[in-house]
Amino acid sequence: MFTIDTLFSMLSLTLIYATPILIASLGGLLSERSGVVNIALEGLMMIGGFAGATATVLLQDVFPVAVTPWVGVFIGMFFGALISVIHAYVSINLKADQVISGTAINLLAGGLTIYFAQIIFNQQRTETFRNGFVKTNIPFLREIPILGPIFFTNIYYTVFIGLALVVAVWYVVYKTPFGMRLRATGENPQAVASMGVSVLKMRYYGVILSGAFAGMAGAIMVLTQDTQYTGVSIHGTGFIALAALIFGKWNPWGVLGASTFFAFSQVFAIYANNFEWAQSFPLEVFKALPYVLTIIALIIFSNKSVGPKAAGEIYDVGKR
Amino acid sequence: MNKFMNYITDEKNFKIVVPMIAVFSAFLVGTIIMLVTGENPLEAFKAILRAITGMNLDKIGTDKFFNSRMFGEFITTMLPITLTGLSVAFAFRTGLFNIGAEGQLMMGAMAATVVSILVKAPVFIHLPLVILASILAGALWGLIPGYLKAKFNMHEVVVTIMLNYTALYTSNLVLKALPGSDSVKTVKSQVTGTLRSEFLSDLTNGSRLHWGFVLVIIAVFAFWYIIEKTTFGYELRAVGFNKEGARYAGMKVNLNIMYSMAIAGAFAGLAGAMISVGTFDYGRVIAASEGYGFDGIAVALLGGNTAIGTIFGGALFGGLKASQPLMQSNGVPLEIAKIISSLMVLFVAMKFGIQEILKRQRLLAAKKEAK
Repeated sequence: MFTIDTLFSMLSLTLIYATPILIASLGGLLSERSGVVNIALEGLMMIGGFAGATATVLLQDVFPVAVTPWVGVFIGMFFGALISVIHAYVSINLKADQVISGTAINLLAGGLTIYFAQIIFNQQRTETFRNGFVKTNIPFLREIPILGPIFFTNIYYTVFIGLALVVAVWYVVYKTPFGMRLRATGENPQAVASMGVSVLKMRYYGVILSGAFAGMAGAIMVLTQDTQYTGVSIHGTGFIALAALIFGKWNPWGVLGASTFFAFSQVFAIYANNFEWAQSFPLEVFKALPYVLTIIALIIFSNKSVGPKAAGEIYDVGKR
Repeated sequence: MNKFMNYITDEKNFKIVVPMIAVFSAFLVGTIIMLVTGENPLEAFKAILRAITGMNLDKIGTDKFFNSRMFGEFITTMLPITLTGLSVAFAFRTGLFNIGAEGQLMMGAMAATVVSILVKAPVFIHLPLVILASILAGALWGLIPGYLKAKFNMHEVVVTIMLNYTALYTSNLVLKALPGSDSVKTVKSQVTGTLRSEFLSDLTNGSRLHWGFVLVIIAVFAFWYIIEKTTFGYELRAVGFNKEGARYAGMKVNLNIMYSMAIAGAFAGLAGAMISVGTFDYGRVIAASEGYGFDGIAVALLGGNTAIGTIFGGALFGGLKASQPLMQSNGVPLEIAKIISSLMVLFVAMKFGIQEILKRQRLLAAKKEAK
C-alpha cells in the first residue's frame, strides 16, 4: 500500500542515504578543484568506515552512548585524511598518474581494512557496535507540515552536517581567498605559481580535505546504515560520489542535487515492494538501478566537460 | 661503480628495473606491515612459494614435499588474471583506462554459462560457440563505454565502474533465471560445453587445470600481433600517444576508441569463460565482484602494457591469489596478499619518482668517480 506517509518516510530515508554520497562528493570537489582527480574516494570511505566502526566498538564502554558515534566519525575523518596523504604524495610530488594512484589506494583500502579486522577482531569484519547513531524526532520542528515529516522525523543529526557542509564548501570555494586560489590551482596552476602561491600546498590542502571528508562520509555511512563494517559496507558509494561530482558539475549545489537523486534511486529499490507494478520485477533490477541511472544521468547532463581544466594533469613548472 | 648499480641506474634498463623495484618494495612494505602487526612473514612467503611451485618447505624429505596439484591450481588461477591484464593493457595502449574488465569478465562468464547449459551440440561446435559467446559478450560490454566516450566524451573510468555493478546484477539475474538454478549456482554445464579435462586434471594430481591455457597463449599472441604488427595497432598506439596528432593525421580517432574498448572487453570476456566453463563447470551467483579486473590493472601496469610483460604479471598475481588459502591455513590473514598486490600498483604508479631517484644515484656516482 502506498500512502503519503510512505512517501514522507522515503524522502527522509533519501536524505539519510544522500548524506555519505554528498559529503564524499564535496571532498572530491575540493580535491578536483585543486587539480587532483581523486578516484580513491571509495577506498578512503572504506578506511573511514572501518576506523569509525572500530573506534565505536572499542570505545563503547569508555564514552557515553550518545557521544561514541561522534568520536567514531572524528576518528574516521582522521584516518581518511591520513591515508589520503599517500595519494597526495604519489600524485603531486612523484607525478604519478592520478587515476592509477587512486586505484591503488582503493585496492589498498580493501586489503588493509579486512586485514586489520582480522588482527583486531579475529574475523573478516568488525564486531557489531552497540551504539551507532540513533534516529531522532526533533521537537516543534517536526510539527511543520510537509517539511516536518521529511526533515525532522526519524532523522539522523548527520543529515544536517551534510547540508551544512554544502553551504560551508560553497562559501569557502566561492567567497574566500583560499577558495579562489584553490579553484585557480585547478584551472591554471602556472598562473597561480606566478602569483607566488604554492601549487603544491594548495593541492595538498585539496587532497587531504577530500580524505577527511571521505573518511567522515564512510564513518557516517557505516554508523547510520550498518551495524558493523564489512568488506561490502561501502559497496561503490565512493564511485557514485564521483559520478555525483560530474553530474553536479563540480558545484556544491549541483552535487547536493545529484547526491539526492542517486540516494532516491537507492531508496526506491528498498521500497519497490510497496508498489504493485514493481513487484513483478526481480530484485536485481532495482539493485542495478542506481548504477544504470548514473550512466543515463551522465549521458544527459555531461554533454560538455566543465570540470577544472587542470584536473588530472601533472603540474609542470615549465609549462606556460 | 659496481656492476649491479650500473645496471639498475642505466636508463636503458628502466623498463625491467622499475617494475622489479616496485615488486620488491611492495614485498618489503608488506613484510613490515606483517612484522608490526605481529604476523610471521616467513609463513606468508612459504605459502606463496608453495602456491607457485607446489613445494612445501615444512615437509622437506617426506613424500608430501611436492604436490603437482598446487602448480595446476596456480596456472588455473593465473589464466583469467592474465586475460584481464591483456584487456587493461590493450585499452591503455590507446590511452584509455579500462576499469571495467571486471564487468566485462562477468558478462563473458555469464554468456559462456548460458550457451554451455542451453545449447546442445557436439563438442567441436558447442565449445567454440561457448567461447565465442564469452568473447562477444565481453566485447559488447566494453563497447558501451567506448561508444559513450567517442560520442559524448564521457570519461570511461566512471562509466566502466558503473557498468561493473550493472554487470554483477545483470549476470546474477540471468544465471538465476536459467532452468534448475538455485540462489547460488546454476545446474552443471553440459560436458561438450566446458574446457575441463580429466587428462590435465590427472596430470596435476587432481587440480582444476583445464584447456583454457591454450586459449590464453593464443590471446597473448593475438595481443602482440594486433598491437605490434598491424596498421590498426599502429593507429591505436598513435591515438594513445597523442589523440589530436592522430586526428590531424587523418585517423578515425573515435572509431579507434570504440574498437579498442571492444577488443579490451573481448579479452576480459574470454577471462570470464576461463572461470565459468574452466575452473568451474557451473555458473555462480556471486555477492560482490572478485577483483579480477583490478588484478588486471596491476598486471598491465607491472607488465608495461606489453604481451610478454602481462604473462609475468599474470604469473605473479596468479601466485599471490593462489597462495591466499594457504596463507590462511598458515595462520596469516590472507588479505596480506591483497595488500602486497595493491602496494605493487602504488609503487608502479610512482615510476617517475623511482626513475628520478635512480638517475640521481647515477649522477652522484659519476661525480664521485670524477673526483
